[in-house]
Amino acid sequence: MAKSEAVPVAERPLDERLKKQSVLRSFLSRPELGAVAGTVLVFLFFAMTARGTGMFAADGVLNWITVTAQLTIIATGAALLMVGGEFDLSVGSMIGFAGMMIAIPTVYFGWPIAASVVFAFCGALLIGFLNGVVVVRTRLPSFIVTLASLYILRGMTIALSIFFANRTIVSGVKNFAGDSVVVPLFAGKAFPGFFVWLADAGIIGTLPNGQPSVQGIPAVVIWALVIALIGHVVLTRTRFGNWIFGAGGDANAARNVGVPVARVKIILFMITAFCATVYAACQVMEFGSAAADRGLLKEFEAIIAAVIGGCLLTGGYGSVVGAFFGALIFGVVQMGILFTGAPNDWFQVFLGLMLLTAVLFNSYIRRRATGER
Amino acid sequence: MNEIANTPASSVPLIEVRNLVKHFGPVVALNGVSMKVHRGEVMCLLGDNGAGKSTLIKTLSGVHKPTSGDFLVDGKPVAFATPRDALDAGIATVYQDLAMVPLTSIARNFFMGREPMRRFGPFKFLDLDFAERVAREEMHKIGIDVRDPGQAVGTLSGGERQCVAIARAVYFGAKVLILDEPTSALGVAQTSMVLKYVNQVRARGLGVIFITHNVRHAYAVGNSFTVLNRGKTLGTYAKSEIGIEELQNLMAGDKELQLLSDELGGMV
Ligand SMILES: Nc1ncnc2c1ncn2[C@@H]1O[C@H](COP(=O)(O)OP(=O)(O)OP(=O)(O)O)[C@@H](O)[C@H]1O
Ligand SMILES: [Mg+2]
Repeated sequence: MAKSEAVPVAERPLDERLKKQSVLRSFLSRPELGAVAGTVLVFLFFAMTARGTGMFAADGVLNWITVTAQLTIIATGAALLMVGGEFDLSVGSMIGFAGMMIAIPTVYFGWPIAASVVFAFCGALLIGFLNGVVVVRTRLPSFIVTLASLYILRGMTIALSIFFANRTIVSGVKNFAGDSVVVPLFAGKAFPGFFVWLADAGIIGTLPNGQPSVQGIPAVVIWALVIALIGHVVLTRTRFGNWIFGAGGDANAARNVGVPVARVKIILFMITAFCATVYAACQVMEFGSAAADRGLLKEFEAIIAAVIGGCLLTGGYGSVVGAFFGALIFGVVQMGILFTGAPNDWFQVFLGLMLLTAVLFNSYIRRRATGER
Repeated sequence: MNEIANTPASSVPLIEVRNLVKHFGPVVALNGVSMKVHRGEVMCLLGDNGAGKSTLIKTLSGVHKPTSGDFLVDGKPVAFATPRDALDAGIATVYQDLAMVPLTSIARNFFMGREPMRRFGPFKFLDLDFAERVAREEMHKIGIDVRDPGQAVGTLSGGERQCVAIARAVYFGAKVLILDEPTSALGVAQTSMVLKYVNQVRARGLGVIFITHNVRHAYAVGNSFTVLNRGKTLGTYAKSEIGIEELQNLMAGDKELQLLSDELGGMV
């Protein structure tokens, strides 16, 4: 069967249909196919069931776009790492811990908030580096190593919060922020004038106080777009991206041709930690506080989005675009269920089914991609 | 066959090792191995399981450092710290199952570790068009027509994969090609495809070290044969000096196989 893919020149039949089949086949073997199809289905479903609930009005759209954007940020990191053949279960705890690294120095040490944010990013990159080093040095499964980090970081987050604030939330960050540029950087709203114009033109609704129902594009959405775009370009168009495929697809084969597999994996762990910190910074600036339970279970959401997006659990295959669509499905369904008024428990049922479908679909796609070998 | 193919070429060997010794703690894996490979020569490395073949080629390809002994490339002593150093010195190794990343495309695999780049302002991006074109051309030269260089390597047969790995090494300017049991998992047609290609590579003037258990495969492409036993060279023979049966017996170490063969009425 697979033999027909590459036959010796002389034997090759000159049949135009083969060409067409190959185009269709190459489309069918794209990792993001399942997530795109799922997105279409989910939108069709809610277009019918959630009509008139406000889900597709401007503020409703903002709602699920924000959820999608938050998840896209961490799903991008998770997808890259997964293509590189590893998992990071500490993403959720990293979100909580990074929040504390921003809030505690700002509130209790009197640091300028910009300095705290830089500190949090450096700290997160260091933790990602350590995760990576432990994984590549010990050759233990990253599942176990980062499960340890999950508990260590969550424990430290709670302990530090109690130690400094005497409770599990460090609030009042905004009082210390002044007019620092980092607040709008992570929690601003872009293009407010445009949305005022949209409201005046009657394209989007207005609130009772006369303001437009959506005041701008939240910074988290812009972060998500930028991170996903960079992630996509890095994975598909750079040398490092090629090394990610190599490291995850067959680490030994990649090593044999000179790919620095250990370095690639360590950098990927640092990227997931970076993404978690962006997520944390957006939340801290938005709410003005850091809480010890922030990011709980987010590691699973990130992995689910990546898997729905076509990443193989075994590595070497997947896409950032797919992970974005995975996050979109997640956001639309989570918010759609709220809008339609269905009990929220159904969301989890749906999520489980979706995950199972995606994994089955992915292994089918993989078999197609490799010609059933 | 052209001229270089049949003459043992220049007098300075591409690779020469003398009295190479490698210990892994208490384990003596190599206990004085000597061999040479010339331009335009296929040197077959034969030996029973555990004879030290893999250890020898891993030393040549920079994976292990020798405990003692001389290692000369083009007549000059070398000491490789990493596989990358060996690659840079023109020694490329193709491992049987570890040559290709199956889920990744042929073009990406072909250039894995040596990606062609194109500059856009301050950024450098993969030149996928170039990669796909070259991969297609190089495959075409071997007689494998790839319709889509973007298809996963997993869609190729085992023999085709070995050939792509060899083509890649040749394309990147290898002088010495080390093949570790390239045919052991292949069927007859696939094996002959690989052997033909090995012969083609040799005819271009490369030196080839071909490791195999199969004396028939060795005899089909080899110019000289080095037999290892328990970490030592039993000797090196030119094709004219040794017949296939003798080689078989030598490889079995002692007369054991001969006895067995007599017992079974010449079935082995
Ligand atoms: N990393 C290592 N540590 C300890 N001992 C090793 C190591 N690598 C090889 N050896 C030992 O060295 C000896 C030679 O092994 P090697 O793999 O080179 O044999 P081989 O000729 O390639 O055998 P085969 O035909 O089975 O592949 C064996 O006894 C093996 O156990
Ligand atoms: Mg071996």
